[in-house]
Amino acid sequence: MDFEAVIGLEVHAELATQSKMFCACPVVDTTQTAPNSAVCQVCSGMPGTLPVLNQKAVEYGLRVALALDCQIAPFSIFARKNYFYPDLPKGYQISQYEQPLARIGRMTIVTSQGEKVIRIRRVHLEEDTGKLTHVGRNGQAYTLVDLNRAGVPLLEIVTEPDFRSAEEVRAYAEALRAILRYLGVNSGDMQKGVLRIEPNISLRPVVAAGFKPALLGTRVEVKNLNSFRALERAVAYQIQRQAELLEAGKVVQQVTLGWDEAKEVTVVQRVKESEDDYRYFPEPDLPPLAVEAGWVAQIRTSLPELPYARLQRLREQYDLSDYTAKLLVAEKSIADYFEQAVTAEPSVPAKSIANWISGELFGLMNQAGVDAAGLRVRPAALAGLVKLVSQGQINQDTARKVLAEMFASGEGAEEIVKKRGLGQVSDAGAIAQLVKDVLAEYPNEAAAYLSGKAGVANFLFGQVMKKAQGKANPQIVRRELELQLAEIKAD
Amino acid sequence: MNLELTDLTLMQAIEALRSGEISSRELTRACLERIEKLEPSLHAFLHLAAESALAQADEADRQQVTGDGQHKPLLGIPIAVKDVLAVEGLPCTAGSKILEGFVPPFTATAVKRLQEAGAIAIGKTNTDEFAMGSSTENSAYGMTHNPWDLTRVPGGSSGGSAAAVAARMVPAALGTDTGGSVRQPAAFCGVTGLKPTYGRVSRYGLVAYGSSLDVAGALGHTAEDVALLFSIMAGRDALDATTQDVAVPTIDLVGATLAVASGRGLAPPLHGLRIGVPREYFVRGIQVEVEAGVRQAVSVLEGLGAEVHEISLPHSEYALPVYYIISPAEASANLARYDGIRYGSRIQAEAMWDIFYRTRGRKFGAEVERRIMLGTYALSAGYYDAYYGQAQKVRTLIKRDFEQAFERVDVIAAPVAPTTAFPIGAHRDDPLAMYLEDVFTLPANLAGVPGLAFPVGFDGAGLPVGMQLMGQHFHEDVLLRAAHAYQQVTDWHMRAPSL
Repeated sequence: MDFEAVIGLEVHAELATQSKMFCACPVVDTTQTAPNSAVCQVCSGMPGTLPVLNQKAVEYGLRVALALDCQIAPFSIFARKNYFYPDLPKGYQISQYEQPLARIGRMTIVTSQGEKVIRIRRVHLEEDTGKLTHVGRNGQAYTLVDLNRAGVPLLEIVTEPDFRSAEEVRAYAEALRAILRYLGVNSGDMQKGVLRIEPNISLRPVVAAGFKPALLGTRVEVKNLNSFRALERAVAYQIQRQAELLEAGKVVQQVTLGWDEAKEVTVVQRVKESEDDYRYFPEPDLPPLAVEAGWVAQIRTSLPELPYARLQRLREQYDLSDYTAKLLVAEKSIADYFEQAVTAEPSVPAKSIANWISGELFGLMNQAGVDAAGLRVRPAALAGLVKLVSQGQINQDTARKVLAEMFASGEGAEEIVKKRGLGQVSDAGAIAQLVKDVLAEYPNEAAAYLSGKAGVANFLFGQVMKKAQGKANPQIVRRELELQLAEIKAD
Repeated sequence: MNLELTDLTLMQAIEALRSGEISSRELTRACLERIEKLEPSLHAFLHLAAESALAQADEADRQQVTGDGQHKPLLGIPIAVKDVLAVEGLPCTAGSKILEGFVPPFTATAVKRLQEAGAIAIGKTNTDEFAMGSSTENSAYGMTHNPWDLTRVPGGSSGGSAAAVAARMVPAALGTDTGGSVRQPAAFCGVTGLKPTYGRVSRYGLVAYGSSLDVAGALGHTAEDVALLFSIMAGRDALDATTQDVAVPTIDLVGATLAVASGRGLAPPLHGLRIGVPREYFVRGIQVEVEAGVRQAVSVLEGLGAEVHEISLPHSEYALPVYYIISPAEASANLARYDGIRYGSRIQAEAMWDIFYRTRGRKFGAEVERRIMLGTYALSAGYYDAYYGQAQKVRTLIKRDFEQAFERVDVIAAPVAPTTAFPIGAHRDDPLAMYLEDVFTLPANLAGVPGLAFPVGFDGAGLPVGMQLMGQHFHEDVLLRAAHAYQQVTDWHMRAPSL
């Protein structure tokens, strides 16, 4: 029997606001900050304290919901989700349940199979929990609680079960991450846990077209996936494993799984006997959240161009390949960089600028571990460099060296070229003299060429370039070489 | 000075301090001495802050002399604070063993506003554990006794505050009211107590019990005293999203706002005030002297110019079951935070989960445990609709009853409790009988409307009888004005127990 995978995603994205969801504590990088240093009486759940909603978190949530084409609820309700765990200071999480911030959205993903629309079920606001660290073992064990993360605003984005493959899941995750980063609401750093993607996976038999789809199989959830690669692998692994179980006539157990990065297998974290009962009820400490249409409209108009739209535009406007355009739009700052460079030097072909960014510049950035924010080469400077190449003032090789220097010092291309005397010699007279000198120096090689050993031309070319300290315009050198050799032959 | 300083009302004490007739140190010391004398028989306090109170009194006296405190209406006035309201630096136990040793690093907004107006928190008063109870018998630190009869309860849960005011330990005190916890002890102890509109006074720093019902209120000898405290505590607070931005009536210190008679010529002071008497509040089981006292008081008000109408609040009879679903449901979540880890006291164990089980299992009292279980049950999957969901619907009907009634009348007059103060232990083995104590006070909490209790007489056993007036949302001033007018022509509120 053939099976098809039915996968839905739950994404938790921390919102990068200045302060926490319900108190004035700063939102900090919990991997870099001393434990419990960004904690107050509210987020530590002291008796008598009350939550006060951070409007910025609502605004960030609305940005995402609008970017996902969702319907915004004019009134949404906060609810208490009750469960007892030591990382949850109040014993309940303030979340949204029956009336979320937004519902019914969509996002287009691009895979090797083409484009596909994924439906968004709901987007809601909630608060993050603290972090537990279990230390030691066997008798000496204890648990440390860090509440720096407790109360950080979280956006939960739930899709319909529209994914059929691991590739689709990854494409969605990457596209969502790009959107969050474009909107400036989340760094997208999965390693740090600010973006947590949890797939739920089940299999069902494939039925012939026109028949009613089979009932969904038992669903498993996978947690602690801290990279796109882990996400894709875990989903692929589960699809395969469930198919094997079902084919062997066995049943899939309803479990929550973790991903063992080293062994590349899923491991059972918790067996679910029944649905959890969170005893949701409306949060009496917070009035209903009213979102006025005017506010929504204002946020909508302030949204930046989103990655998918930008990809399409860049491809067409600048005649870029799918591949290059995708590389450029993955980060808003890079796409912005590209367009600023293009604007700075309209005479330079945009395509060349794109290639310099996605090739040489990315290489330097990766090597040095520098992101767009830390980049010392300004967009106009890069465009200036590409311009020197396209005007033939320097050759590719020199340009690479110049870029490396620009990357290190932040100086402009022209400055470096001038300072180092790297300007390409395009003066035909000067080059003719160099060629003449080389041919005089290597009469045997010249003769060999003329007797039919075409390969010697490269040697002669190299010698000319050497004399020119690499600055000679290679096209002119070649032309002059051919010309003078032809003259010798004619003599 | 022969005058008993502790007999002064709040307004009288302010006068005496302003005129320089007495100092805050003298007043505070007199209160502390009276507390020391009466605590063994009453046990109204859980914590005393004698030293810091005297230090603040000295500072108040300094400001009184220099004029620095001129703008502070309560400069140098000692008050008692129910132990469910946080005062920075003072223990806050909420009457529970689980919060033993907890000293909050912040002050409840209601208290803070009074402190900023010059008041001195002299100590924390006894309460039923987490304000769950109607007698203070549920306090984990021993019960409070009624100053009028030590064999009887002072009411609850703000029994410590009511007893402290009645016994002249302090001129005024703060309480909280979730289902009658200010009004019922005020009635049992013969003092005046206001439960403001829900959303009128910040809950920030109030240890939550039923979050959609809790409100901080004031207890004092007179409507005037209570009005003054209320006007200072009330108003929008950025730390409590459920407080509302509605103008707070200013209370003139000489009572001009309240002395309704002035400026109206010979018109009776309550001319035009429409009083509704709900027939559902005068039925079965109510003590004869309580009903008689309330009806007598209504005719006094009528004599002062009010019109009296019989009205109906038909859904009030469901207030009890509705309340005992909603408040425990909210409490079950509110009390989940007490795990013994971050504050309060803990029972240590090897395994993490054993710490939680043991701490919660042993440090909550029986009534608290009962309400956590009731509430958890009412919210559980499969029961939510039948209990919590249904209760919310009926709550809406109760609210609507009040809205409709207030189309016809300005205030509603009713008994506070079916009886006067009952003997200690009377309801010990019968939680339901204890719950019935609140049957007349619960509707105001469910509807969110203000309620004011004040003494209107005594029963045959010499115990105070109270009456409550309920008003429209944010119309506390109407209740206070009516009670003030009543207190101008009666002196029940000035009677003191012999101790």
